[in-house]
Amino acid sequence: MDLSLLKQQSRFEWHIPPFGKMLVPGVIYANEMLIRDMDMKVYEQVTNVATLPGIVRASYAMPDAHWGYGFPIGGVAAFDPDVGGVVSAGGVGFDISCGVRALRTGLTVEELQPVKEQLAEALFHRIPAGVGSTGKVHLDRHEMDAMLAGGARWAVGKGFGLHEDLEFIEERGCMGGAKPECVSDYAKKRQQDEMGTLGSGNHYLEVQQVVQVFDREVASIFGFREGDLVVSIHCGSRGLGHQIGTEFLKRMAISAAGYHIDLPDRELACAPINSEVGQEYLGAMRAAVNCALANRQIVTHLVRQAFADLLPQATLSLLYDVSHNTCKVEEHVIDGTPVRLFVHRKGATRAFGPGHPDVPPSLQAVGQPVLIGGTMGTASYVLVGTKESMSLAFGSACHGAGRSMSRHQATRQWHGREVVRELAARGILIRSPSFRGVAEEAPGAYKDVSEVVDAADRAKLARKVARLEPLICVKG
Amino acid sequence: MSYAGTNVQSPMQPNWEHFPHQADMGVRGIGLTKEAAFEGAALALTAVITNPAKVIPTQPVTVACEASDDELLFVDWLNVLVYEMATRKMLFSRFEVHINDHSLHATAWGEPVEVIRHRPAVEVKGATYTDLLVKQGQKGYWIAQCVVDV
Repeated sequence: MDLSLLKQQSRFEWHIPPFGKMLVPGVIYANEMLIRDMDMKVYEQVTNVATLPGIVRASYAMPDAHWGYGFPIGGVAAFDPDVGGVVSAGGVGFDISCGVRALRTGLTVEELQPVKEQLAEALFHRIPAGVGSTGKVHLDRHEMDAMLAGGARWAVGKGFGLHEDLEFIEERGCMGGAKPECVSDYAKKRQQDEMGTLGSGNHYLEVQQVVQVFDREVASIFGFREGDLVVSIHCGSRGLGHQIGTEFLKRMAISAAGYHIDLPDRELACAPINSEVGQEYLGAMRAAVNCALANRQIVTHLVRQAFADLLPQATLSLLYDVSHNTCKVEEHVIDGTPVRLFVHRKGATRAFGPGHPDVPPSLQAVGQPVLIGGTMGTASYVLVGTKESMSLAFGSACHGAGRSMSRHQATRQWHGREVVRELAARGILIRSPSFRGVAEEAPGAYKDVSEVVDAADRAKLARKVARLEPLICVKG
Repeated sequence: MSYAGTNVQSPMQPNWEHFPHQADMGVRGIGLTKEAAFEGAALALTAVITNPAKVIPTQPVTVACEASDDELLFVDWLNVLVYEMATRKMLFSRFEVHINDHSLHATAWGEPVEVIRHRPAVEVKGATYTDLLVKQGQKGYWIAQCVVDV
């Protein structure tokens, strides 16, 4: 990105003053190196989002921002329904409520070593992953609607997981306002065999080691310390979310002109929040959020089963579950007044700080865990929300490393088989049905996650708590 | 470009190719007719997932869609295929497309996914409006392209 187009506010905050049809400025949180490496498309997309009706305060980009569809991936924008604000299917994306959950195992690396290979195989065989895979849970029409209304609560009611898990899932495991009747039969059919599946691409299941703790007090409240094993699950609403995204993107792209919305990019497809299509999208999108929460809950259950066979002493309690492709109704203070806003996070993690009512009571003193997924060869991070984040970017932070290289470039540079061998030599076991898939997801195809997380930390979007490194990685 | 395929109409010209997108993949079909370009792009879609040469075109599936313009029709066409692949757990490698105004009828031939043989790299979530283009170029060739989310 051309730095001369930006106005530097601080070392980690850069502004794009409004021009043309922009209603608010663009704000990018990153260091100079990350910004230089960002594609100019990110600049274009941040400024395009700033033109959408009812946008409040600014169009934000997180430190991991990269070229997305309409919105940049790593984009955050909030809209006020009382001034014609919009909801955007493009602003949420195809993989609605894709997210990360982390489980404490109560185990140390030493306990894993004797059964590491067996556990990798057990996880790979128990958790369906990749193209053509189907879950063991098949939903009829009635159960599908119950799942879409109930989310992880529905899953727990069906015996997948524990009631205490719900406390540590955003929305307490169930997104209110879901309308299964707004979800098409096509979307439901696409999901009927996909519950409890991981998907493919950048989705993963990892067994990780806590290798470094930056904040012992918060880590203690989160319930882990150096040397502990953690399980992380990264997946979303599967085919149902993809189909809802596809259908509403088209509806909104077509209907925009009727609402006098001038779309600078068709992928920014949106509709007024207080419109029929806007309300139907919100009902369907919230149902997809519940689908993602239920999906991660079922995968969690399968993980617990795999551990029970090999490491029965494992506790596998839920640290937290975050979604990073969402639109949520939240109250934020604008010019000293609390306002109800529709906050879009597209590849961005909610990062509410201490004292926020949506943070579980046991974490109120410190803030919510912010789970940042890395790559299969580098690291993931646990951060904690900050009070400052609320006024910086509506309580949001980055969501991952962010790609720095296309899939084509990656497959030209690496062979999957070699990536697997090299990682195995470093003690990281990869299990995947596709070597090409592994090459496309090679660690070198991503930005330096540590650089991204440091920028988020230094910008005060969220604060670093711990660094986790993978020991086992199951990819779809 | 890491993949490109040949055209039955003109073996010297590739009838599909991929173009780069930072996070995902661009698919492009090229042909003497709009229909051929749509068919080529469908093959490029399969090539995002696996090598199309590994997919045996035994089982026909008929599909149809309509849209208000060529570009929306093209995205609908790819999304119909994404839907059929997802719900039937199939991959396709041969396509026959008929377009009348903005109404499309097509047959796709393929087979059920076999993980060991096809080694599918990634599933496609949906076709997007990013870098979307359907047009006839100066030399008469049609191009149909967009980025697909994986």
